Amino acid sequence: MAQGFPEIFDVRALGRAIDTGFNQIVADYGATLEAIFLPILKLLLAMEKILQWLPWWVVILVLAALAYAASRRWGIALAVAVMTFAIGLIGVWDAAMATIALMVVATLLAVIVGLPIGVAMSRSKRMQSITLPVLDVMQTMPIFVYLIPFVMLFGPGKIPALLATIVFAIPPVIRLTNLGIRGVDPEIVEATRAFGASPAQILLSVQIPLALPTILAGINQTTMMALSMVVIASMIGAGGLGYQVLQGIQRLQISSGLMAGLGIVLLAIIFDRIAQSYGKRMQKSLKLDH
Amino acid sequence: MTTPFKIRVEQVSKIFGPDPKTAMAAVNAGMGKAALLAQSNHVLGLHNINLNIRAGETFVIMGLSGSGKSTLIRHFNRLIEPTAGRILVDDTDVLSLNAADLRSFRRKKISMVFQRFALLPHKTVLENVIYGLVIDGMPKAQARAKGAEQVALVDLAGFENHYPGQLSGGMQQRVGLARALATDAEILLMDEAFSALDPLIRHDMQLQLREIQARLHKTIVFITHDLDEALLLGDHIAILKDGVLRQVGTGPEILVSPADDYVARFVRDVNRARIVTCGALAVPGQAGGDIELSADQTIESAYAALAQTDAPLTVRQANGDLAGVLTRQQVFDALARA
Repeated sequence: MAQGFPEIFDVRALGRAIDTGFNQIVADYGATLEAIFLPILKLLLAMEKILQWLPWWVVILVLAALAYAASRRWGIALAVAVMTFAIGLIGVWDAAMATIALMVVATLLAVIVGLPIGVAMSRSKRMQSITLPVLDVMQTMPIFVYLIPFVMLFGPGKIPALLATIVFAIPPVIRLTNLGIRGVDPEIVEATRAFGASPAQILLSVQIPLALPTILAGINQTTMMALSMVVIASMIGAGGLGYQVLQGIQRLQISSGLMAGLGIVLLAIIFDRIAQSYGKRMQKSLKLDH
Repeated sequence: MTTPFKIRVEQVSKIFGPDPKTAMAAVNAGMGKAALLAQSNHVLGLHNINLNIRAGETFVIMGLSGSGKSTLIRHFNRLIEPTAGRILVDDTDVLSLNAADLRSFRRKKISMVFQRFALLPHKTVLENVIYGLVIDGMPKAQARAKGAEQVALVDLAGFENHYPGQLSGGMQQRVGLARALATDAEILLMDEAFSALDPLIRHDMQLQLREIQARLHKTIVFITHDLDEALLLGDHIAILKDGVLRQVGTGPEILVSPADDYVARFVRDVNRARIVTCGALAVPGQAGGDIELSADQTIESAYAALAQTDAPLTVRQANGDLAGVLTRQQVFDALARA
């Protein structure tokens, strides 16, 4: 008979303790947390409404203009316009707008939270050595595991979907902010200190501008990860393209899954093109100076 | 009581490592640099440095790489904190300044030029030049007007809106110089400021610095590993080796009477006839004859006069006082020392 692993302590009891503890948190703070996140929910819903209310050609024009502003190249603007048009063509326009809203709000919040954490990491070795393993765990933990506590706290809906997306997508912006600031030429930082710049002045006038290409690469990765999370987040009520994929699975209807999947791919390419061409242009303008 | 000295460095030592205080005690007890590194993994960067720098002079600190000269210059504006000792600027102990006072000291009193320029690559020439003024809170328009003057002073008018990467090395360093001059700081620290430039540009920059200095009378602390540069620019020269000062003096003093073998070897290849003045070699005495030499002219420029006669020549100070006499034999002796 094969020998089982000896039970050194009672794991079931530990599990029960975690569950009851978390249930207690849900009971005590659930309502408070919901109230705290209400404004974010409103922002998300408003964003979704606006995107779906706008005439389709306005959205195409806005995205193309964004692409041109980022790249200063007509080719990329045209490609973005064509791809956005294609999203409407395959019949997933409204779902795609909902997905864009979720992705944009998730990325925005990830940047607002992640940037200061990255900055703090770049300034303190201890902060870095605490944060890095946490980020590693966040990135290796299966995505589904995040869904459980958020659903328990908020019930199925857009807020837990948004929060799980943020947790999943935030590591790159933190990592690359830290990396970018640490990579700024120490001689330049020393020069600004020699001229009497305060730590805040050094951060704002030198470190962040010079780290910007790296930080933007992090934001781009965060955007892509948020987009890849939409299918999974739709299981707990995120709606959008992911929901249509989920329906395809449930109804064993390959066409609906395929069209929605194609929509996600198109969105990914559109936002990646915009972010990357901006990053590249910025890098070039800094390169020029070295 | 005030002293004639702008900057005084008193018994400054710097040890790099995890526990510099303990290591300092060991050094004070007589441990040498090599033993310290072997036994406790601390590096003795500077040991018991004493310097007095006069207002309005160019003071050159010279040494080869690893001598501690770049560490030393960073003590003047406290980019590096000493392990022991005091640094006084205008009788203020720089080490006693708190963070806010130190920032104000760096903004108003002391500025710096770096070996590899250290310009901000994302800002234009003009924005770089006014960086010190802007962080000190000067209104943009006023700073830009002032910056434009500095840009013109270093002959870069017309390049205000270029980015550093579009300029040659020599031009970039002139931006660095303009940035340092813009804050009207009385003290200018120059850390191997011209070492990264090619020889012709370097010589132009040296002459330009002398010209600017003749007008502005800053107190300049200049770091270099180049003896010719030190002799050209320095009113006083300090020679640093392995974190210890070997000799401090004027260029001619160091050439004529090097303090030790190291300094002697260092200065061996210098064309001393171009540096040593007649005054430095003159011995007490009185001579006849009509030909007179001035104390601050170089030996080389006196060759023609010396060639005319075997007799001693009178050497006079700039104010007409007698400085002594000089003979051909003395000149040959001095030049033959190498």
